Amino acid sequence: MTTRNVDVFYGEKQAIKDVSIDVTMDNVTAFIGPSGCGKSTFLRCLNRMNDTIPIARVTGDITLEGEDIYAPKMDVVQLRARVGMVFQKPNPFPKSIYDNIAYGPRIHGLASSKDELDNIVETSLQRAGLWGEVQDRLQDSGTALSGGQQQRLCIARAIAVDPEVILMDEPCSALDPIATAKIEELIHELRGKYAIVIVTHNMQQAARVSQRTAFFHLGTLVEYGVTSDIFTNPTEEKTRDYITGRYG
Amino acid sequence: MNSSATFVEERNPTDWQSRAMQQRIRKRYAAERRFKALGISAIILSAGFLAFLMIVMVGNGLRGFTQTELPVEIDFPAMTGGASADQFKGANGPANLRTLGVQDIVNTSVQIQYGEEGSELFSAGGWQTVNQEILKNPQIVETKTTLYLPVESEIDVAFKGSGSETAEDMVAELKDQLSTGFNWNFLTNSDATDPMQVGIWGALKGSLITMFITLLIAFPIGVLSALYLEEYAPKNRFTDLIEVSINNLAAVPSIIFGLLGLAVFLNLFGLPRSAALVGGLTLALMTMPVIVISGRNAVKAVPPSIREAALGIGASQMQVVFHHVLPLALPGILTGTIIGMARALGETAPLLMIGMRAFIATPPGGIVEPATVLPVQIFLWSDEVNRGFVEKTSAAIIVLLLFLLTMNALAIYLRNRFETRW
Amino acid sequence: MTGSILFMLIIVLGGIAWFFGRVKASRFSADNKKRRAVHSLPNYHGWYVALWTIGPALLFLMIWNTASPALITDAALTSPAAEQLPQDPFARGAILAEARSIASGQQVQAFNPLSQSMVEPYRTAISYYRTLGMVAALLLVFACGAFGWLRLKPELRARTKIERATMVLLLFASLIATITTIGIFVSLIFESARFFSMVSPIDFLFGTEWNPKAVAGPRGETGFGAIPLFWGTVFIGAIIAMIVAIPLGLMSAIYLTQYAPPNFRAWMKPILEVLAGVPTVVYGYFAALTVAPALRDFAVSIGISGASSESALAAGVVMGIMIIPFVSSMADDSIAAVPSAMRDGSLAMGATKSETIKKVLIPAALPGVVGGVLLAVSRAIGETMIVVMAAGLAANMTANPFSSVTTVTTQIVKLLTGDQEFDSPKTLAAFALGLVLFIVTLLLNLIALRVVKKYREAYE
Repeated sequence: MTTRNVDVFYGEKQAIKDVSIDVTMDNVTAFIGPSGCGKSTFLRCLNRMNDTIPIARVTGDITLEGEDIYAPKMDVVQLRARVGMVFQKPNPFPKSIYDNIAYGPRIHGLASSKDELDNIVETSLQRAGLWGEVQDRLQDSGTALSGGQQQRLCIARAIAVDPEVILMDEPCSALDPIATAKIEELIHELRGKYAIVIVTHNMQQAARVSQRTAFFHLGTLVEYGVTSDIFTNPTEEKTRDYITGRYG
Repeated sequence: MNSSATFVEERNPTDWQSRAMQQRIRKRYAAERRFKALGISAIILSAGFLAFLMIVMVGNGLRGFTQTELPVEIDFPAMTGGASADQFKGANGPANLRTLGVQDIVNTSVQIQYGEEGSELFSAGGWQTVNQEILKNPQIVETKTTLYLPVESEIDVAFKGSGSETAEDMVAELKDQLSTGFNWNFLTNSDATDPMQVGIWGALKGSLITMFITLLIAFPIGVLSALYLEEYAPKNRFTDLIEVSINNLAAVPSIIFGLLGLAVFLNLFGLPRSAALVGGLTLALMTMPVIVISGRNAVKAVPPSIREAALGIGASQMQVVFHHVLPLALPGILTGTIIGMARALGETAPLLMIGMRAFIATPPGGIVEPATVLPVQIFLWSDEVNRGFVEKTSAAIIVLLLFLLTMNALAIYLRNRFETRW
Repeated sequence: MTGSILFMLIIVLGGIAWFFGRVKASRFSADNKKRRAVHSLPNYHGWYVALWTIGPALLFLMIWNTASPALITDAALTSPAAEQLPQDPFARGAILAEARSIASGQQVQAFNPLSQSMVEPYRTAISYYRTLGMVAALLLVFACGAFGWLRLKPELRARTKIERATMVLLLFASLIATITTIGIFVSLIFESARFFSMVSPIDFLFGTEWNPKAVAGPRGETGFGAIPLFWGTVFIGAIIAMIVAIPLGLMSAIYLTQYAPPNFRAWMKPILEVLAGVPTVVYGYFAALTVAPALRDFAVSIGISGASSESALAAGVVMGIMIIPFVSSMADDSIAAVPSAMRDGSLAMGATKSETIKKVLIPAALPGVVGGVLLAVSRAIGETMIVVMAAGLAANMTANPFSSVTTVTTQIVKLLTGDQEFDSPKTLAAFALGLVLFIVTLLLNLIALRVVKKYREAYE
């Protein structure tokens, strides 16, 4: 996934200035930066979730396997199936665990039989590392799970439509350390199968889970590179200041 | 968890470009468009119904404000034997007029002009127009004048649209002489049996008196209750009981209030039937919960910082409430009050229960005199067989809707003008 | 009206008392160099005296006005004319009531000559007690006013006392709602109990023949079987009206909240709300004048028999349209209460808007929508004018929407707008119907509010 000279405006206000980034398929990419720096806004551009905000306007090129995702002929419904998203707060639908996972395959018509659907649900839950915990209660409500389980359910839900890219918007910020550790482990597992982009305000987390890191500040991309380089030897002073805790 | 990946069978990646998938997506978008079309048609249908209702009412009703007239030449000097204009000036005018026998004069004139059956062409109360003309301009009794008098109801209906066959024939005959004039009587008269003579002033005055009583009772009680519940009431079962009653009253069907009014105000307290007083009391009980609920929201919206500021400089709780909270909440309370009053103004059913459906031919002079109100008058006229009443009913509806529209516009204006966002 | 003049007089005297109290109190602060010694501002002293002046007198008048009718009747009955009165308490009461209304000027002519003979004693008694009450009230005004005035001292805590009195006033005001509720309940129960002493509740609630007669028929049947009315009410209010209102209201709300551009929404929402502001008598007239004849012609043209110009369909459709804004605003609120994370979650999976609405938003908002629909039903079955004007009076048990049915509210109006005496079972039946209506709407409201509340809590 490639972005070139992306600007985002909320009405008159510019939220993102001239950001160019390549997200590669076999890496976990982390977006870091102080609150309000635009990293979540940018993330939402990648599967056009910003379309739900009427005043938001995006310019520049964002392409997925060479296709411009903002091109008029690009189908936003398909795009979102290919670029899944996991949100800050776990947001399971108030339906059973099974229906939560089956929702995506059902609307996209990915399963032609009940067996196939069962299979997708099981695989997705297994990939999300939740199968063992919920296999006996697939008909329970998704909202009855614990916070960490809910978030893994949301990840499983995203996996179920077999996306190419998974966007995660601070997926651990509402979770306790143990649940966070599980999600991080899961991200490791999923790496290589999906391109993963994770927004986080937790630098240790970025260092732990990602291979490449982008540092955002005030809507601009300050630095983008291999994670170990960014954390040990940043080229920009702002990055160093942030990483060493001078601000943020 | 590490082991989980091992027994996951790999799925083939979805081929989004495949024909089957493309077709499926086209179908889903078609469903999306259908759903959206359904939404917009629901709105168009609802708004269209409103428009249709308004068009029917205005279309029928505007005719109610006009009347069909025929010219009548009255030779006053010959008929009255030389009455002088001075007789009908000043305070004694009406009394002198009564002795003049205007009705007979008009009848004779009509018969001279339109033949023996001529009187049947005219509205039975039409001669009163002549009365009014003489009082307005006494000089005419000394001359030979032509006055335009309202025709009989069936001819009126036939001239304005389509009436009965006989009436249509008469209209065809008189075509050149018939003309249309503004029906002032409709604004100044009360109920009558002849649709040409009915007016809404009596019902309107009844409505105004009733609303005045409703406001006088519901507003203070509503505001004081709202203040008590928001600012003083302790959290206990008793307060809960009050809250439940208010919420419940707001949802009780209006006809139940009518039954209460009948059982309590009329039968227990022995207040007079059909009186604006009882109507006002009944509607006040109905309106009060609306005022309390909107009042509480307005009081709740006043920020605590203002209360703290006043308490901080040594104001008592009561001073805080009456000097600061109430004035700040007043626009919100007034908005709610106007909305509640508008609802009361359009209310019919409870007033039928307390007997405000009598035939009231004179405007009420006080709060205990028999009265009727505008919506009840509409109901009564809608029951009339005479076709002339159709347009009168619609015309009365136009007047009622105008009042309601004005009140709602006022409420919106108040809300926009005075509502402070904290 | 001497009553209102007396009332005005007392208020004016209260104003004068306020003025004198204020003047006396201002002197305290003028005399006193240290203003702290005066507890309250002169204004409060003024109010203190005014309250003493008018409070007891008004309280006395209230009690007097409720007690004096009985005293007046007693006094009138001691007159010689009373000896001719019949012993039957029923006839006696009617005559006395008539005599009283003539004596107090509400009625001009007596129908019963016996009443005419009682007018004079009544008139004397009324004027005697009225004068007595006036004198006593005025005495109270002066005595209590003077008492209050004499108690004014610099250290009097007038403000505290006024505030306490205001507090009582506030409490009393908020009690009115409770009193009204109790009043409704008690009066309905009381009159219904009288009705049920004449007609068995079983016959009333489960009987299928509605044809009220003042006197029981040959087999003891009274024609008070209310089932056809209940059916008509449900048929119009809960079935036909809801078939119109739920889809239109729900779809309008969905379109306005999820699809419409803000400008369109800003204009359309108030326009739809006008539908709720149109008086019901206007709807009723519209239903009877335009909708019902059109529907009848339509039914006749497609060959449906039994089509009447007063049809359940006309009343139900128009009522449904009246309810649209109600359903729409409840649906609007419930959909808005669904967390936006839920919507984003679905959209992010690649669901279209309509799939998100149908599969996520509506199921999540369903309890709120159901609560709203229950409230709408409760409003529809209590609605009176539309059915009175458009539904007709024939108590049919039919599911043919083109035929005429009657409802509970229609029959209440019909039973009470004749000139029957108040004790006839026909009149009392209206109260029994009212009681049923009150209880049903109350239950619907309580359930609806509980459902909505539970639903709100689920997302907080």
